[in-house]
Amino acid sequence: MGAVEIRNLTYRWSGSNTDVLSIPAWSLDSGSVFLFGPSGSGKSTFIGLIAGVMSPTKGDVYINGINLSSLSQSARDRVRADNIGFVFQQFNLIPYLSVKENILLPLQFSEKRRSRVGDGKVQIEAVRRLLAELSLPDDLLDRAAIELSVGQQQRVAIARALIGEPSLIIADEPTSALDADTRDAFMRLLFAEVRKIKAALIFVSHDRSLASGFDQSINLLDINKSAEIRPEFKESAAI
Amino acid sequence: MKLFSLTLKSILNRRLTASLCAVCIAMSVALLLLVSLIRQGARESFFGTVSGVDLIVGARTGGVNLLLYSVFRIGAATNNISWESYKDISQDSEISWIVPISLGDSHRGFRVIGTDASYFDHLKFRGDNKLSFSTGEKFNDVFDAVVGADVAQELGYQVGSNIILTHGVSAGGFGEHGDKPFRVAGVLNKTGTPIDRSIHVPLEAITAIHVDWQNGAPPKDGEAVSAQSAREMNLTPASITAAFVGLKKRIGVFKMQRFINNYSEEALMAVLPGVAMTELWQTVNTVEVALLAVTAMVIFAGLVALSSTLLSTLNERRREIAVLRAVGASPSDVFILLVSEAIILTLVGLIIGIMIAYGGVFVAEPFLEARFGLAIPVGMPGLSELRYLLIIFIAGVLSGVLPAYSAYRRSLSDGLSVRI
Repeated sequence: MGAVEIRNLTYRWSGSNTDVLSIPAWSLDSGSVFLFGPSGSGKSTFIGLIAGVMSPTKGDVYINGINLSSLSQSARDRVRADNIGFVFQQFNLIPYLSVKENILLPLQFSEKRRSRVGDGKVQIEAVRRLLAELSLPDDLLDRAAIELSVGQQQRVAIARALIGEPSLIIADEPTSALDADTRDAFMRLLFAEVRKIKAALIFVSHDRSLASGFDQSINLLDINKSAEIRPEFKESAAI
Repeated sequence: MKLFSLTLKSILNRRLTASLCAVCIAMSVALLLLVSLIRQGARESFFGTVSGVDLIVGARTGGVNLLLYSVFRIGAATNNISWESYKDISQDSEISWIVPISLGDSHRGFRVIGTDASYFDHLKFRGDNKLSFSTGEKFNDVFDAVVGADVAQELGYQVGSNIILTHGVSAGGFGEHGDKPFRVAGVLNKTGTPIDRSIHVPLEAITAIHVDWQNGAPPKDGEAVSAQSAREMNLTPASITAAFVGLKKRIGVFKMQRFINNYSEEALMAVLPGVAMTELWQTVNTVEVALLAVTAMVIFAGLVALSSTLLSTLNERRREIAVLRAVGASPSDVFILLVSEAIILTLVGLIIGIMIAYGGVFVAEPFLEARFGLAIPVGMPGLSELRYLLIIFIAGVLSGVLPAYSAYRRSLSDGLSVRI
């Protein structure tokens, strides 16, 4: 079974009588997928459901073969900690922690990822290696996260997503705060690192110019059947 | 615990608001402890005003009234005890000692007590403390006086000073006993009781200075009796105001009280000082309650400040919480993170507050005792203080629960997508 598998999934907000999301079947075995769609098409909900911070109204989400729907909230949190690394649009880092502490943060919540890295000094070496691979100077290690430039912060976020080698990386609009040059560098580094740990990658963006390097490119409106009852999205997608 | 270092770093990151919070709690804790300690000190000082006395005997009146004029030297007796009755009672076999007092004169606003020299041996204060002399000694002569510490200090008296008593206890008095001056024979050490503001003279002296007075009026010309000739007269008083009684066996105190209350020759009463003290203390108890109520409000304000500070930081922390959720923190981790911040701030506040209160008392205690006779016990916090501290701690934790719960709910609905 692949990194992500979705079956007969529907999601609606409590109190609402229309589905935000309705995905009969979708899966990602490995490789990278570029996911796009206009705002309101359910991208955040889609990610929330895969991450296990939201639970579907109906249907199942499997992460590495584990059915999230059968798990408690805290068990889903553990699956997320063990299997998924996140990179967000901005403000990825805890401002009062150092770069090193930010990168090591997922290991505090995942036994699995910690055991892959090792303990004590080995962790610092792993952080150093990641910083070097991401072309970040070594002396950033003990700096506070807020002292870094936005481009540096996003690369530190990649390092944090990669530490302990999770099987899935989810990047949610990670480049929208970057200028063109840093964006290209960011994309190159992200691809290289994700490939290196052989993780699957879901990259969410509304900027379709970034889609070229990906194994597949999906419009969420194509797999989200509930959008059929909201024709305005269909129209905007067709343009 | 994985979250603990995160909590500490989060607090350090907002050290200004966090320390203001802790100070807020510290101040309310310090106030509470100080109020509680001073209350205890005031109570102990109050109940320590007279000790070693089993019964106070006076003319029939209210118990509190008898206590007020005999011990606190406030107000005046409505009636006296005849010398015959006094003598009769003092011969009772149960009685170990009896000290008469005679009131009604003053000196520049200080009360004059006619008594006998055994007064200085039997009257105690605050437990087992005996009266002691800073200079001089008990009176030897009829016109000797022993003054309390405040009298000596405020009027600048020392052994050998001459003083003239005033008839009556009101400010202006009803005339001077100028023909019979007294000599200060001794100055007492500070006790923190009304004794500090009293002038003690022999019982005979009270008789002597009034020997030529008629119905409370100064002697007419030609009827005055000189001090020297008064000395040679029989100075046994006709009556006294009250008497302090010590019994051989304390167990007999109720029997003796009954005996005096039912004394057939004269309408007398005997009160147990402790009982009358309690009755009097209850009248000032409302002040205690008011003080505690004010303190409770201050603490409440401190905790509301803590809660609202935590709440107000939640908005700026939404992203931080979303990041924690993304790396695997559960909503309950978020809850624990915020509650433990409240716990840490409350604990720090408690510790600082305790240090302020006890440090303050430790520094101020000698001054308070010397100046006001207020002895504040500086020991480990008592059971009531510990109970207050525990209540504050629990309330502090609870005041963190509201923001924590709100963060918990938000982290459920926000998920990972916080776009502000």
